[in-house]
Amino acid sequence: MLLEIKDLNTFYGESHVLQGLSLNIAKGELVALLGRNGMGKSTTLKTIMGLVKSKSGHVIFEGTDITGLPPYKAARAGIGYVPEDRRIFPQLSVYDNLLLGIKGGKIKNPNDPNVWTIDRIYSHFPKLKERCNQQGRFLSGGEQQMLAIGRSLMGNPRLLLVDEPTEGLAPIMVQEVRNVLEEINKKAGVSILLVEHNLKVALSLAHRVYLMGKAHIGYQGSVEELRNNNEVRAKYLEV
Amino acid sequence: MDPTTSMYVAQGIHGIAYGMVLFLIASGLTIIFGMMGILNLAHAAIFMLSGYFCYQIIFLTGSFWAGLVLAPIGTAIFGIFLERVFMRSIRGAGHLGELILTLGISLVILGLVKIFWGTQSLPMQVPDILQGMVNLGGLDYPIYRLFIIGMSLVVLILMVLLLYKTRLGKIVRAAVSDRDMVNALGINIPLVFMLVFGAGCWLAGIAGVAIAPILTVFPGLADQVGMDAFIVVVTGGFGSLAGAFVVSIIFGLLSSYGVQFISQLAPVLMVIFMAIVLSIRPNGLFGVKE
Ligand SMILES: Nc1ncnc2c1ncn2[C@@H]1O[C@H](COP(=O)(O)OP(=O)(O)OP(=O)(O)O)[C@@H](O)[C@H]1O
Ligand SMILES: [Mg+2]
Repeated sequence: MLLEIKDLNTFYGESHVLQGLSLNIAKGELVALLGRNGMGKSTTLKTIMGLVKSKSGHVIFEGTDITGLPPYKAARAGIGYVPEDRRIFPQLSVYDNLLLGIKGGKIKNPNDPNVWTIDRIYSHFPKLKERCNQQGRFLSGGEQQMLAIGRSLMGNPRLLLVDEPTEGLAPIMVQEVRNVLEEINKKAGVSILLVEHNLKVALSLAHRVYLMGKAHIGYQGSVEELRNNNEVRAKYLEV
Repeated sequence: MDPTTSMYVAQGIHGIAYGMVLFLIASGLTIIFGMMGILNLAHAAIFMLSGYFCYQIIFLTGSFWAGLVLAPIGTAIFGIFLERVFMRSIRGAGHLGELILTLGISLVILGLVKIFWGTQSLPMQVPDILQGMVNLGGLDYPIYRLFIIGMSLVVLILMVLLLYKTRLGKIVRAAVSDRDMVNALGINIPLVFMLVFGAGCWLAGIAGVAIAPILTVFPGLADQVGMDAFIVVVTGGFGSLAGAFVVSIIFGLLSSYGVQFISQLAPVLMVIFMAIVLSIRPNGLFGVKE
């Protein structure tokens, strides 16, 4: 397993936001984590990343227990994070945003075709190249999303945590973001844990699906199984 | 030349020099706040401590220049010690805890200073070359104030180059807006905090050395100048370096011309200015909404 999460319990003050949550991701998989608002999807990603500390349970990445490590160590272990709301650095240029994604500030093997360089990001996201000297805050929502993805790729993650990448985007941008994620997963071989409200997008990308009820995983299965199971969809997804 | 013009110019130079000193203190304070979310109430005491360090180094070596260079470095090392030992351990304990801790640190510094150096004012001599006036283009300028302005400008330029041209500087600017995101990119944020805290103390240390020959070194220095620096940060906008710079210079000029024209009001001019700015822009001149 690339990532194993075992029996995670996370609190915000008194409120018990993750109650014994477990899931896992195999190498090369794109796994969708779905559910209604406030169920704890973002908190799950933040706990994996070390941005939120869990009270108990384990996060095991490539066989190493990374539970409770600070975010920068989780990142150095090989996990990339594309957060809700993108969180582009607004005062920094597009180029500098990408620059900060490079671990240690220097690309070790820029000639290795599997290593992400700024040029390789630009070839995937031509819009970012056009706007390379602009400050992050002047980008459109779609461009910011591309930048957030590109910035995380600069760290050469083997697992990418992506939180609602299509939220608030125009239909054409939704499609573009979807295709980029597919490429990253299929061509570049990066495993992805995807939180996504757009069911169509999520199911078109995912190999497997976890559905969250309040603070726990309520259902898991293949995309095919979920498509055929109206009862489960009604219980966990429809409003 | 006309003696009144000459006086105005001299007051202007005094004001800008004081403004630059305020900026050196306020810049550290505002960056530390912007990045770490800590309002460091010990900053003024750290500034004062550097004046004492400088006094002691001059006492031991007889060289003002040695004091000028070494005292801020010593202050930075002391700041790094504070960050590692105290600040780090209470991170995440909330603002109240940080305020109480930093207030406590400032009281301890004040107490130690009184034990080691007493409560009297310690005068500090600058070398002959920095004394007196210099005549440029028909006007007399006080050399030491010009020296302060020049030195602060050099520091300011270095700071801008560091922040805008180096990766470390970009990390700091990014962390001012979103330190968790920087952390999640694999950047060792605790280490960056430590460096920024040390750098902020170094800047305050330079200010402490710069002001000492003018005001002398005494335990009240922290309150007197430190309060002005806090008002600068609030008025300029928490976390804003540009705001700190602009307001520092305005305050420096307000205080020097204020003494000349409306001396009874001079002590409260800054507070009045702050009140006006904050009533129009509650987050400060260059502040951004949270
Ligand atoms: N910083 C916080 N402090 C306190 N409670 C929080 C915090 N962040 C989230 N919560 C609460 O924790 C629960 C889970 O939040 P989370 O953001 O993980 O949900 P989510 O599944 O990502 O929802 P959405 O689909 O709306 O993004 C919610 O009830 C939310 O109100
Ligand atoms: Mg969420």
